[in-house]
Amino acid sequence: MSSLKVFTNGLLKENPTFVLVLGACPTLAVTTAAFNGIGMGAATTFVLFFSNMLVALLKNYIPDKVRIVAFIVIIATFVTIVDLVMKAFVPDIYKTLGIFIPLIVVNCIILGRAEAFAQKNDVSRAILDGLGMGIGFTLAITILASVRELLGNGTIFNIPIVSENAKTMLIFILPPGAFITYGYLIAIFNQLKAKYNF
Amino acid sequence: MANKLESTLKNMILSLFLISMVMSGALGFVYVVTKKPIEETQKKAEIEAVKNVLPEFDNDPTKDVKDIDGLKYYVATKSGEVVGCAVKTYTNKGFSGHFEIMVGFKPDGTIFKSAVLDQKETPGLGDKMKTKWKDQFNEKHPTTFKLAVKKDGGDVDAITASTITSRAFCDAVTRAYEGYMKNIAKTTNQ
Repeated sequence: MSSLKVFTNGLLKENPTFVLVLGACPTLAVTTAAFNGIGMGAATTFVLFFSNMLVALLKNYIPDKVRIVAFIVIIATFVTIVDLVMKAFVPDIYKTLGIFIPLIVVNCIILGRAEAFAQKNDVSRAILDGLGMGIGFTLAITILASVRELLGNGTIFNIPIVSENAKTMLIFILPPGAFITYGYLIAIFNQLKAKYNF
Repeated sequence: MANKLESTLKNMILSLFLISMVMSGALGFVYVVTKKPIEETQKKAEIEAVKNVLPEFDNDPTKDVKDIDGLKYYVATKSGEVVGCAVKTYTNKGFSGHFEIMVGFKPDGTIFKSAVLDQKETPGLGDKMKTKWKDQFNEKHPTTFKLAVKKDGGDVDAITASTITSRAFCDAVTRAYEGYMKNIAKTTNQ
């Protein structure tokens, strides 16, 4: 697999949200507004980048039997760093994402990539994979969040799209709307995937 | 992988020990670096919230906060004279339980303004309390303006389809008013 393929793998072929359906918990919970999608995606990408890099670097020094423990320690460290940095410098986003920042620790995308990719590949490929997966996740949840924000609140990125008096479909902001939108987006994505064969 | 460390007890302990050491070192460093900015942003948010609900003042109300029965009182003065008091209050009756608001009172107990601090009410329904809905409380005195929704015989227009949130908001304001009259108004009016 060429380096470019490693990178685009996470964007399309194995998109963590639409194809692997990993990390659905934050995906469903934070996507009420497009800005939340970007914030969550950026935090996850940061963690993926560094955890993949470190796991690939240390793969020969981590005995097999304790590898999951070691991965979790590495991931938890970077999640805590993100948590502290966001709290200090972007308090508004931090407030809306709340509990879902610490919960990145148990986001299966990150442990999944460490286990399935980073520990079997060299550092540069692991970094590319982390970036690809992270950006793929960010794009996917931002699209999901934009659809929900538009249908449920009439705005995208807080910019009004429909007139203020228009009736919006509140259900799309609520949890059931997350499942409905997510389901439709997966269906559309798979249609496109089959048609254009990426 | 030929050169991979074997899973012997010694290797496992050593490897995990070293990884944990390095990682806690990194965390300690980040904690120290971000400690000050975090405190500053929290303090700024606090002052900002007080400013939002009170008339102009020139002291630092966050310096001398009174914490009585779970409510926080920020007394604001202008050239030594008390211009009002912001009360950080809460309710547990929200649709999603607990939420916190800040209410500013003039010295006689009239509500000046209010602001929502921390809430988890339903987006699009209950969280409309953040909008101009709460302005109906402004410049009202709780002795003449009954702090209850109209359905319950009060004077407050409830948010459409969010009576529970509206009731909870009234509950929080009432708690702030009663606490203010009991604990603060007496001492400052003497």
